Amino acid sequence: MTRALTILRRRLVGSVFVLLIVVIGSFLLLEAAPGDAVDAYIVSTGGDAGMIELLRHRWGLDQSELTRLANYLWALLHFDLGQSVTFSRPIRDVILERLPTTLLLMGSATALSFGLGSALGIYAGAAPGSLRDRFLSIGSLALYAVPGFWLGLVLIVFFAVDLRWLPIGGIETIASAKTGLARAADIATHLVLPVSALGFIYLALYLRMMRAGMAEAWRQDFVLAARARGLPRRRIVLAHVARNALLPLVTMLGLQSAQMLGGSVVIESVFAVPGLGRLAQEAVAGRDTPLLLGIILVSAVLVIVINLLVDLTYAFLDPRVGAGEASA
Amino acid sequence: MSRLRRFLRTPEAIAGASILALLVVMALAAPLLFPGDPQAIAGPALLPPFQDWSLPLGTDRLGRDVLAELFHGAHTSLAVGLAAAAAALLIGAVVGTLAGFAGGLADEVLMRITDAFQTVPGFLLALAFVSIVGPSLGVVVAAIALSAWTGPARVARAEVLSIRERDYVAGARVIGMHPLEIAFREVLPNALPPVLALSSVIVAAAILTEAALSFLGLGDPNRVTWGGMIAEGRTVLRTAPFLSIVPGIALVLTVLGVYLAGEGLVESTATRGSLS
Repeated sequence: MTRALTILRRRLVGSVFVLLIVVIGSFLLLEAAPGDAVDAYIVSTGGDAGMIELLRHRWGLDQSELTRLANYLWALLHFDLGQSVTFSRPIRDVILERLPTTLLLMGSATALSFGLGSALGIYAGAAPGSLRDRFLSIGSLALYAVPGFWLGLVLIVFFAVDLRWLPIGGIETIASAKTGLARAADIATHLVLPVSALGFIYLALYLRMMRAGMAEAWRQDFVLAARARGLPRRRIVLAHVARNALLPLVTMLGLQSAQMLGGSVVIESVFAVPGLGRLAQEAVAGRDTPLLLGIILVSAVLVIVINLLVDLTYAFLDPRVGAGEASA
Repeated sequence: MSRLRRFLRTPEAIAGASILALLVVMALAAPLLFPGDPQAIAGPALLPPFQDWSLPLGTDRLGRDVLAELFHGAHTSLAVGLAAAAAALLIGAVVGTLAGFAGGLADEVLMRITDAFQTVPGFLLALAFVSIVGPSLGVVVAAIALSAWTGPARVARAEVLSIRERDYVAGARVIGMHPLEIAFREVLPNALPPVLALSSVIVAAAILTEAALSFLGLGDPNRVTWGGMIAEGRTVLRTAPFLSIVPGIALVLTVLGVYLAGEGLVESTATRGSLS
């Protein structure tokens, strides 16, 4: 337990600095954007120069940059991300509404890529250099070269347009009034294609990492010892070789989370999934810079939290992690 | 010559090099084979492929020659991919060298900034940057570089940390060279090989990011891009799926070529290292 606390404390201190830099960076981007909140407001409501002056003063936009940065930070501390121009609602509410969908999409895609990727990686790494290993290595490289949004379109052409097995987009059937399990099943069928499009790209990554780690582990002394003890091959592969190659994959889960969030932007817009990624695209289309930067901040927090969870899992799996600091 | 032969030893490297060579030829030949504006109307709209031999791959929704667009798109993809990767490697190498060589507070600050850039999803950052500054070729290159320099920076820093303890660096200090001169003339060139080993992955990622940006309508509107072609074809996905599928295949082959050539390059240099 003390180990978990040590890791938690160390990571949180670092995260505060990182978040502060992200906030300052997004503030600078906001400043660089042409026009400010008043301009955006006036465009939709209309108003004269006196009105603009008054609003600028009331919203604190006529103050120095440093004061405005302080105001921005102060508002963020109260979880206030400002007002969205396109939705005419608080940005926080809009983001929180979309977040669960993206988490569901990312979680399912991660499970798919990690599960299938490591399984295929074990299959390839069980016999490095064999025909199936070579085949899977080339195949995964080819898969890794596929742009996720294009894979999504190809899947739509085959499974939604030609075969009509799966819905073409959206997260659930509109106005179907389904509840409970029926609704869950409906959402699941809608998620099959987007999850595949997002997950298959990263599957290749886990496959290649698992395979490389196993190829390395085969040369280690403990594998030689296991062979000398006459253990069955299956047991050597799973309990000795694959097990040792698995740990780096867990780290990769955290590192990959930022990329997967980025990937979900395009996937969500291909499949019209109303999540955070599609919201980002809507923010771009509506020139809603504060909303876009709010999404970036929330994504950064999400990535930090995911990495923290991965670190804790890692510490649970590998007793050596964090033990040094705990005893010191 | 023997260097080239060593590189072209595996079938993967040969395949990768051939794809890239073909692509470079396509990009360079685009203005010669298809002079004029590739975005101009060339024939009837939505002509299927292999019907009219003056328009072998048919036309899109607006009657533009798909083959001409494909050739010009190769030019954009390669130019953006290479320029963005070069910029990312340069920024990464400079930041990594400064952080590793200076140490102390400068190192701490630079690495926290690197952390921050790695925490924000790279594609979202590129998206925000392009949408705020406005889409043009240079901005797209900068946006992609901005989201890709952190990997090279970490590798360069790790390498510099080991190099700065070497005797020749101490020697440079003794003869009174300026620290910045030591960092960039003595340390950086020697720290480059592992950084450059990342280049194939970074070029591939840059090409894919450019494609995704232009797919979302954030590419340079005056240039034909494969991502933009896929987005164009998407509007007629039910009736003319080839319009989206053909440029996608070009993208996959390009990125695959970059990966394969990169693996061949790493393998050929690795063997040379173990022999000497």
